[in-house]
Amino acid sequence: MSDDSSGATAASRAASPSAAHGETLLEIRGLKKYFPLTQGIVFKRTVGHVRAVDGVDLTMRRGETVGLVGESGCGKSTVSKLLVVLERPTDGQILYKGRDVARMSGRALKAYRREVQIIFQDPYASLNPRMTVGDIVSEGWAVHADIAPKKGRLQRTQELLDRVGLNPDYVNRYPHQFSGGQRQRVGIARALALRPEVIVCDEPVSALDVSVQAQVVNLLEDVQDEFGLSYLFIAHDLSVVRHISDRVAVMYLGSIVEEGTDEQVYGSPSHPYTQALLSSVPLHEPHLRGQKDRILLQGDVPSPADPPSGCRFRTRCWKAQDVCAQEAPALVDRGQGHPSACHFAEARTVVPVDVE
Amino acid sequence: MTRPDPSTSVLPGTGLGTPVLEVDDLHVEFRTRSGVVSAVNGVSYSLTEGETLAILGESGSGKSVSAQAIMGILDSPPAVISGGGIHFEGRDLLTMSPEEQRKVRGPGISMIFQDALSSLNPVYSVGYQIGEMFRAHRGTSRRDAKKRAIELMDRVRIPGAASRVNDYPHQFSGGMRQRVMIAMAIALDPRVLIADEPTTALDVTVQAQVMDLLEDLQRDTGMGLVLITHDLGVVNEVADNVAVMYAGRIVERGTVDDVFSNPAHPYTDGLMSSVPQVEAKGGRLLPIDGQPPNLAAIPSGCPFHPRCSRRRLGDAAAPGRECATDLPPLRLVAPGREAACHYSEEVLGV
Repeated sequence: MSDDSSGATAASRAASPSAAHGETLLEIRGLKKYFPLTQGIVFKRTVGHVRAVDGVDLTMRRGETVGLVGESGCGKSTVSKLLVVLERPTDGQILYKGRDVARMSGRALKAYRREVQIIFQDPYASLNPRMTVGDIVSEGWAVHADIAPKKGRLQRTQELLDRVGLNPDYVNRYPHQFSGGQRQRVGIARALALRPEVIVCDEPVSALDVSVQAQVVNLLEDVQDEFGLSYLFIAHDLSVVRHISDRVAVMYLGSIVEEGTDEQVYGSPSHPYTQALLSSVPLHEPHLRGQKDRILLQGDVPSPADPPSGCRFRTRCWKAQDVCAQEAPALVDRGQGHPSACHFAEARTVVPVDVE
Repeated sequence: MTRPDPSTSVLPGTGLGTPVLEVDDLHVEFRTRSGVVSAVNGVSYSLTEGETLAILGESGSGKSVSAQAIMGILDSPPAVISGGGIHFEGRDLLTMSPEEQRKVRGPGISMIFQDALSSLNPVYSVGYQIGEMFRAHRGTSRRDAKKRAIELMDRVRIPGAASRVNDYPHQFSGGMRQRVMIAMAIALDPRVLIADEPTTALDVTVQAQVMDLLEDLQRDTGMGLVLITHDLGVVNEVADNVAVMYAGRIVERGTVDDVFSNPAHPYTDGLMSSVPQVEAKGGRLLPIDGQPPNLAAIPSGCPFHPRCSRRRLGDAAAPGRECATDLPPLRLVAPGREAACHYSEEVLGV
């Protein structure tokens, strides 16, 4: 494995996690994905669109972990599918090393798919129950034969299993013989097999028990340093995202409402939705109980098929004014130090800082 | 097998009110074709009026099975209550006939579940299902039952209750469905509400709304709340007392403040350091090694010893406290604190 690059990455991470990483690897510009809503059985008429992703901008640099948080239905998983070209965008661009992924085909797309891998939430549904874990991990080499010569494949597979903390002798076992945490390790080994540059982690630890969750989070951090990976870490668990991410983007109803370093977003959130979201997370320290601002949101998330005009959040926002219904706020810095998509963005400390 | 002394079953910390629910050395087994699975192995606790007791544990720790035993909704066979007692307001439920049990549990103890959609009947309107409580237990007429249903929907803060009473479960969002469940659960003013992972399937902002509602209802009615969860944060914010379960046993209990600020069992300690926190980025997580145990083959001695960083094996200086062979009983380790570890004093740093 490339020891020199992993050393450099580890050093830069240790020095300052929020400092600029390498060059820009992925750039998402105005990404949109609308799913048609149809009526009728034989003659399907399109009666509307579900705006799952509606104008997302995001940048990822080499060696960086970008966290994407949001509640169910905000479109974060659609972003992950668009990134690994399981879906094609309705509009907007995904630039990987400066090249538009939507225009890639043939050889270029094949190379892109090798370099950008994905780990899914449900480690059972994402592993073929009829294949041994050895076959699952090495399957990618059937397409990308240049990565591992045919002869040493078994040994490479065993090395990978060993690296993710599984017994290498288990290559011939089937997914059902493993626990949830072990299955997720198989998923990680499969993603690593093609020596990717970027791994999209879509809720990788949400289905795991708390004591096992930490093992997998640590493993992800270790292989990131070792292989010089960049992660897009998608999750609804704000604590896990803060732990692993260098930068965090908060999504609401198809678009990003706030973005910044973990310190900026968690320490001084400036979008009302981020503030409400953070204030809802229960704290673990008895002495901090009751010290945080409690912001209880009213009502439910509006339907993405019929989002509110202007600012998406205005229907539940306590700051909403007339301008919010007319004009969608841009994701820019309004003096609070990091971009926030609110006309009245104002930094506010919601989560008490642990003084211990 | 060493069973915990029932005399220690009264929870510390509250000291107020009379116990409404007492679980005494409860054992539940699943007798399957491939062997006996011991899901609950001697659990004792009591709940007083107005108290919130959190049962904290991971999947397979027996937290839900013990609650299902209280409610009498175990799948039996294969599940069998193989020992112990469940006392509600001083009466042992397990010695009653099924009909008597139904009359006591129906209005006295109710339960809400994690997955509200599959707990509600999809072919009846929510108003009908809420009103069913009154029709079945109070003999209320259909019209009055619907009226009461609307009142209850108002009480659990479902907006526009009167216009939504005839809607079906699929027409509600996840948070609203959970409110419908809560409305059904509190319909007959129960003394005890068992909430099994009530917010696990919900988003955090909705979780906050639902927990807030439960707290308010509890304050108004003075019911006891058994909150079954794996979420340390929820326990800290809502509960008075906590019982931590592992492999079908309570391994530690006490007030939330005590247990969370200074755990007495290595498992609790391990859970606390393996969970990232939102208030600080923190350093590297310290996970618990290994996997939760297979309940068909629970390790000998202390069930946690294969994963324990503090285990002592072959220590001749500590007879009877060998982690691999001697099951540690749940014992008083500090005022108001109980833990099932031979070396709790060390974990506490006393």
